[in-house]
Amino acid sequence: MRTNFLMLHTITRIVSFIILSFSIYLFFAGHNNPGGGFIGGLMTATALLLLYISFDIKKIKKAIPFDYSTIIAIGLLIAIVTGLNSLLFGDPFLTQYFEYYTVPVLGEIELTTALPFDLGIYLVVVAVALLSILTIAEDDS
Amino acid sequence: MEILMILTVGVLVSVSTYLLLTKSLLRVVLGLLLLSHAAHLLFLTLAGLKEGAPPLLGEEAASYADPLPQALILTAIVIGFGVTAFLLVLSYRTYKEHKTDDLDQLRGSADE
Amino acid sequence: MTTLHYLVLAPFIMALLVPFIYKGFRHIHTGWFVLALPLILFIYLLSYLPIGGNTLNPEVMVVPWVPTLGINFAIYLDGLSLLFALLITGIGTLVVLYSIFYIANKKDEPLNNFYVYLMMFMGAMLGVVLSDNLMVIYVFWELTSLASALLIAYWFHKEKSRYGAQKSMLITVTGGFAMLAGFCLLYIITGSFSIQEIIAYFGQIDLTSEVLVIPAMLLILLGAFTKSAQFPFHIWLPDAMEAPTPVSAYLHSATMVKAGIYLVARFTPVFGGLPEWFWIITSFGLLTLIWGSISAVRQTDLKGILAFSTISQLGLIMALFGLGSASFIDNIAEVAIIAAIFHLINHATFKGSLFMVVGIVDHETGTRDIRKLGGLMSIMPITFTISIIGIASMAGLPPFNGFLSKEMFFTGVLDVASLNIFNIQTWGFLFPIVAWIASVFTFVYCMIMFFRTFTGKYQPEKLEKEAHEAPIGLLISPIVLASLVVIFGLFPNLLSYSMIEPALHAVLPYTVGLDNYINIYHWHGLNTELFMTIGVVLFGSLVFINLKRWQESTFFLHERDPLNRLYDGGLDGLVAGSQRVTNVQLTGLLRDYFVYMMVFMLILLGWTFFRYDAMQFNFTNVSEISPYLWIITLVLMATTISIPFIQHRVTSIIAVGVIGFLIALLFVVFRAPDLALTQLLVETVMVVLFLLCFYHLPELRKEKFKPKFRFTNLVISIGMGAIVTLLGFSAHAARHSLNFSPISQYFVENSKPLAGGYNMVNVILVDFRGLDTLLEVLVLGVAALGIVALIKLKMKEGQDV
Repeated sequence: MRTNFLMLHTITRIVSFIILSFSIYLFFAGHNNPGGGFIGGLMTATALLLLYISFDIKKIKKAIPFDYSTIIAIGLLIAIVTGLNSLLFGDPFLTQYFEYYTVPVLGEIELTTALPFDLGIYLVVVAVALLSILTIAEDDS
Repeated sequence: MEILMILTVGVLVSVSTYLLLTKSLLRVVLGLLLLSHAAHLLFLTLAGLKEGAPPLLGEEAASYADPLPQALILTAIVIGFGVTAFLLVLSYRTYKEHKTDDLDQLRGSADE
Repeated sequence: MTTLHYLVLAPFIMALLVPFIYKGFRHIHTGWFVLALPLILFIYLLSYLPIGGNTLNPEVMVVPWVPTLGINFAIYLDGLSLLFALLITGIGTLVVLYSIFYIANKKDEPLNNFYVYLMMFMGAMLGVVLSDNLMVIYVFWELTSLASALLIAYWFHKEKSRYGAQKSMLITVTGGFAMLAGFCLLYIITGSFSIQEIIAYFGQIDLTSEVLVIPAMLLILLGAFTKSAQFPFHIWLPDAMEAPTPVSAYLHSATMVKAGIYLVARFTPVFGGLPEWFWIITSFGLLTLIWGSISAVRQTDLKGILAFSTISQLGLIMALFGLGSASFIDNIAEVAIIAAIFHLINHATFKGSLFMVVGIVDHETGTRDIRKLGGLMSIMPITFTISIIGIASMAGLPPFNGFLSKEMFFTGVLDVASLNIFNIQTWGFLFPIVAWIASVFTFVYCMIMFFRTFTGKYQPEKLEKEAHEAPIGLLISPIVLASLVVIFGLFPNLLSYSMIEPALHAVLPYTVGLDNYINIYHWHGLNTELFMTIGVVLFGSLVFINLKRWQESTFFLHERDPLNRLYDGGLDGLVAGSQRVTNVQLTGLLRDYFVYMMVFMLILLGWTFFRYDAMQFNFTNVSEISPYLWIITLVLMATTISIPFIQHRVTSIIAVGVIGFLIALLFVVFRAPDLALTQLLVETVMVVLFLLCFYHLPELRKEKFKPKFRFTNLVISIGMGAIVTLLGFSAHAARHSLNFSPISQYFVENSKPLAGGYNMVNVILVDFRGLDTLLEVLVLGVAALGIVALIKLKMKEGQDV
């Protein structure tokens, strides 16, 4: 018997897209509103998990061909490099800077070094959550 | 409210301690999870509940809830997640290797 | 930092460079590169010698290290330090040169290890003798023990090397630890770690009025005695002979074992004049002297003879410093100190050359056993010549330097024995007798060493190699030392004013009417000392001739020191005892460990509550509870309590999930939006994880505990719950009664101006406490890698972690 997953697949596509976009919003909102690297990362992870659960792992692997252990390393590296950046200006490790800029369409925006740092955290959190779950799921011994 | 919360924490601690002392590996993992919940709640409660607005300066309130315990708890939640995941996999692997999750049978021999 | 500071640090820097040199210039023996350093240091130190109008002006040069605790890297160079520093660098140069030929540059020979340890030792030893600060001395002191143990275990594949290394480590480090305690007591008395300040302080007060002086003295002496292999701690030295011979020559005869003597000499101005100081050092020194010389006669290994001989000579020097401390009362005793310093130099020269000679014999014949050796006189003529000089000096025969210091030793003993202080008249008559008997045995083992090795029948069938003369490289160092033996023997006054007098001033800074003329002569006329020496030679020869008969007695059949049985038994007992204690508490049951922790926490917290009367209740100042919160909380409690009773795995996961989500809800109520979001998401991911794992895991079983166990578990759990609740109540009440102001006001005020963010929690995470967060994600990463390793790592059949 073949179960038809059409409904599930269609809804998952839409829902995971919504979750993903919301997670990115949360990530950027983090500095001023609830959100940030941890929360954004976890939410991205849940969205991707949803995909993994409703489709099968092999298909998604083809669509998202990342090695999550590399992403952990990349995330940590981004965070550390952001921290090291402040050493160049003679400040202690991990001092963050921010500046306001006025951009024609968007109006005044704030750029801060905390953002790349948070991006590192975001990447690590996503990768850790997915890596642990996928490793167990794939274990066939 | 604080009193009620502290009592809840007491119940959580009791139950998690009881779970930690059982023989089943899974119950031990669950016990640790509950214990971290209890710690988070206690920490938040002792900082004072319902005092002021959420710690967002955009609210422009006269007083805010204490942000420091929240930051610490957030860190603790995420670390707790990592630790629990690791413990779960550890118990999973232990079971695969030894075909038991009974801690009495898993004890090491004296000469190890 | 002065040049002298760098002088101490230079060997350490060299030690850092050695591995690179070893790797980079593999075909050249690493020793050649190392050789330059001690030579330069030696030449530099020579410039401090007070000769040719040069005077030595000792001063303390301080580089702050931990100034708040009075711990500074302070260098003080006086006559005594200079003497030791010259010995360390001078003998060091010769030993490095000797080692280049002794340890061949084979492919798998870890030469880099050898020279790293050797340089580490040299730096540490220089640090010990040049530092003025007790804490710095202690650090360097333990470093010498460490380097010594590493060098003894250089050929660590040999069981005996490891045994010897462990033994020396245990004994000397124990002593060092006692010494540290002694230093701390001195600090309590004087308020300073600087030796010069301590000496100045002790010069002003009445020593007998301070209660802590005697304990401090005993503890420091324990350190000195263990290091200098004094009875009964000498047992480590014979086993240390497993080290390569250059190491034995350097550490275990010329320098490290003299650190204890240095310490005694250094502290003579502090404790000198105390009867306890006099009696303890003198009696232990004399006991070591006689015990060592008698034990040496029983040895069959050439290095064993030298080891016990070193022990006995160290006892001699120690006893002389003890006797000499009487100079603080009567300056007739200062001849003992002069003898001690003079013998220190002499011993380094003749014993160093003898060790090297034994190394050559070992190297060229393959054995050090005197039962196998013999008749090497004609085969190894140069080696033979060096040995006869060294052995004659050790036996105290003219015209070598050993004779001079042996004569002075007798003079010192006789002079002090005639004194009328410290109740010497009761037991003092024993001093010359012990000294004489020990000298007889010294003479006997010298005879054994000489005749058994070089005369008699050559037995090539018992040797591993065909014996022949050593290459010139091996011979240079012992030749230099043997020439010094002859030179110092013929012209002892070369040393009198350049080395002995400054050192004497350092040991006895305020003796009244110090005799400034130190002249050492061979001929003193027909006095008691000369007759004693003649007696030693006659009686010693007599004993040696009749040695065959002695050797059959049971005493001579046991080569090993009987005290070793005490050490071995003690060590085995300690290991067995610790194992028994460990086995009682470490049951391998997780439950037991949790019970220990919980019970300990219960007792600790309960006792603290009781002791400080910390229990407080304050039910005012609480926020009101809205009706829906009652519902949330009650559901939370009910779910929690139900968990232990659930026997179904999926149900229990869902129950725990419910708790997590309810707590997220509480976070919302408690004005913590970030926490609520995080908790919700973590809970979601966690449930997936739990389900995945539980899918593979077995069904939960009903716990089958004995009723007694179940009862204990229940009591402990409820106790923990109760104590945490009480803790919460008290903290809540204390918060209001003590009126703390939260430290988080800083973040409220600064998160906008300093970090440009409105979400304070997030600003704390990424900015104010960024390092915590960085390390936190690191923990996450490690956990994930652990998970991957756990799953992917597959053991082969029969393999274990």
